[in-house]
Amino acid sequence: MQQEKNIKIDIRHVNIFARDVKILKDLNFEVNSNQILGIIGPAGSGKTTFLRSLNRMNELETGWRIDGQILLDGKDIYDSELDVNSLRKRVGIVFALPVALPMSIYENIVYGLRLSGVSDKKRLDEIVEKSLSAAFLWDEVKDRLSLSGLRLSGGQQQRLCLARVLAMEPDVILLDEPCSGLDPISTTWIEDALTELKKKYTIILVTNNTMQAARVADMTAFFLMGELIEIGLTKQIFTAPVKKETSDYITGRFG
Amino acid sequence: MKLLGEKGVERLLSVVAFSAISALGLIAVFIFIEGLPFLFKYGIKDFLLSSDWRPDAGKFGIYPMIAASFWVMLGAMLIGAPLGIAGAIFLAEFVPKTVMNIIKPAIELLAAIPSVIYGFIGVVVLAPVIRDLFGGPGLSLLAGAIILGIMIMPTVISISIDSLLAVPVSFREGSLALGATKWQTVHMLTTKAAKSGIVASIILGMGRAIGETMAVIMVTGNSVMIPHSPLESVRTLTANIALEMSYAIGMHREALFATGVVLFIVIIILNSIASVAIRKKVIVK
Repeated sequence: MQQEKNIKIDIRHVNIFARDVKILKDLNFEVNSNQILGIIGPAGSGKTTFLRSLNRMNELETGWRIDGQILLDGKDIYDSELDVNSLRKRVGIVFALPVALPMSIYENIVYGLRLSGVSDKKRLDEIVEKSLSAAFLWDEVKDRLSLSGLRLSGGQQQRLCLARVLAMEPDVILLDEPCSGLDPISTTWIEDALTELKKKYTIILVTNNTMQAARVADMTAFFLMGELIEIGLTKQIFTAPVKKETSDYITGRFG
Repeated sequence: MKLLGEKGVERLLSVVAFSAISALGLIAVFIFIEGLPFLFKYGIKDFLLSSDWRPDAGKFGIYPMIAASFWVMLGAMLIGAPLGIAGAIFLAEFVPKTVMNIIKPAIELLAAIPSVIYGFIGVVVLAPVIRDLFGGPGLSLLAGAIILGIMIMPTVISISIDSLLAVPVSFREGSLALGATKWQTVHMLTTKAAKSGIVASIILGMGRAIGETMAVIMVTGNSVMIPHSPLESVRTLTANIALEMSYAIGMHREALFATGVVLFIVIIILNSIASVAIRKKVIVK
């Protein structure tokens, strides 16, 4: 695999606390552009917390604190000058549970654009088609865009959520176990979409399904109890892990 | 309990529950029996649309009272609904849960204050202020609208908060994750999702405003007149019944019951609309 050294996100000495409990301990690594970084690890190892700290969704909870730096294109995202809402437009997130907003499929997709003040109908139409196609959903819904997003199946709603993020044309897409509630076919749809999308975006995929990381990720990071145990090329992590914990987890000896 | 047994308790409870419903039924039947014959005797059109209310001359036109009730209610809505909804949005979306849990019960307590107290404050505080600021007698349509606007706020706030809080957190998170500010989320998502509950709160408030009697009698002045300005003295449907029932006999008495029929129908309609709206809390298009 061709390796492009183009650092998108630089995580430096990041510690995250929730109510004075240290959830993540001294994280130090880089995420390259146009790659999929898979994050694996047992439940409770801080994967989701880490992901949500990348677009500051953690701030919605109380008693939460971070120290260290997270640089996006060289700029600290926790800088007090930085506008958190525009950060979230650049760093989109797809949650574990598919949640369409209570409005039509069309309005779901253009919701973020309307926030940014885009109102040109033609442009919105174009973006709706483009985003839904990129999320492999267009063919299923193109004739019923005015239907409520809540009427779609779980798998369709999750692709709708992905399309909603894509419509914003973010730099980075975060996915928090996007397939945990989906059937195998929907999972395949999402995975295919991701493989296609990394050409344009930087993707971080948290997954409980180790095999999913093996299938789609370029790089894989293994988290355990709030620590980054190992990060490397997916192939290396799955065939020749350096740390014993990693090989134990991958071969299913614990977790 | 042992004496009655499972079946017995069940039967006893159903009798209790049924008696509450039958009370409503009996009230309805009673009012209609007393009021309906008059409506047909006198003529529904004359009764509702004539503005000549002179019971001693056999003239029973309640149009001035209908107009007064309507305008007082509308004024109360214009004052109470925006304030109530804004308050509900503030409490549900912008203050910490702990603060809301203190303020919301306090607001609900406002509903427990006897209406005569509201009327009293209206007479002593509000009416003189209106008289000094705008002229007129002070005891007026405006005073009624303001007092009722305050009285319906607990209803509007409490039900609106409940329906805002019923909007799933995941919707808000989804919106914020797309870069929406808190206010954009409220304005584009939460209030839309809670719309039916908010509408219901307003309609229930309208019902309350139409039905309120004591406070209204005390602050509106009670002249039987079609209002031409908010500063005029008016008499609502409820006030008319309460003021005249004690000495009314014959046709006069029947006319007051017929007024009750009109009120009853209006309030049943408003409450039915509200309960239908409340049932579908989150709108799924």
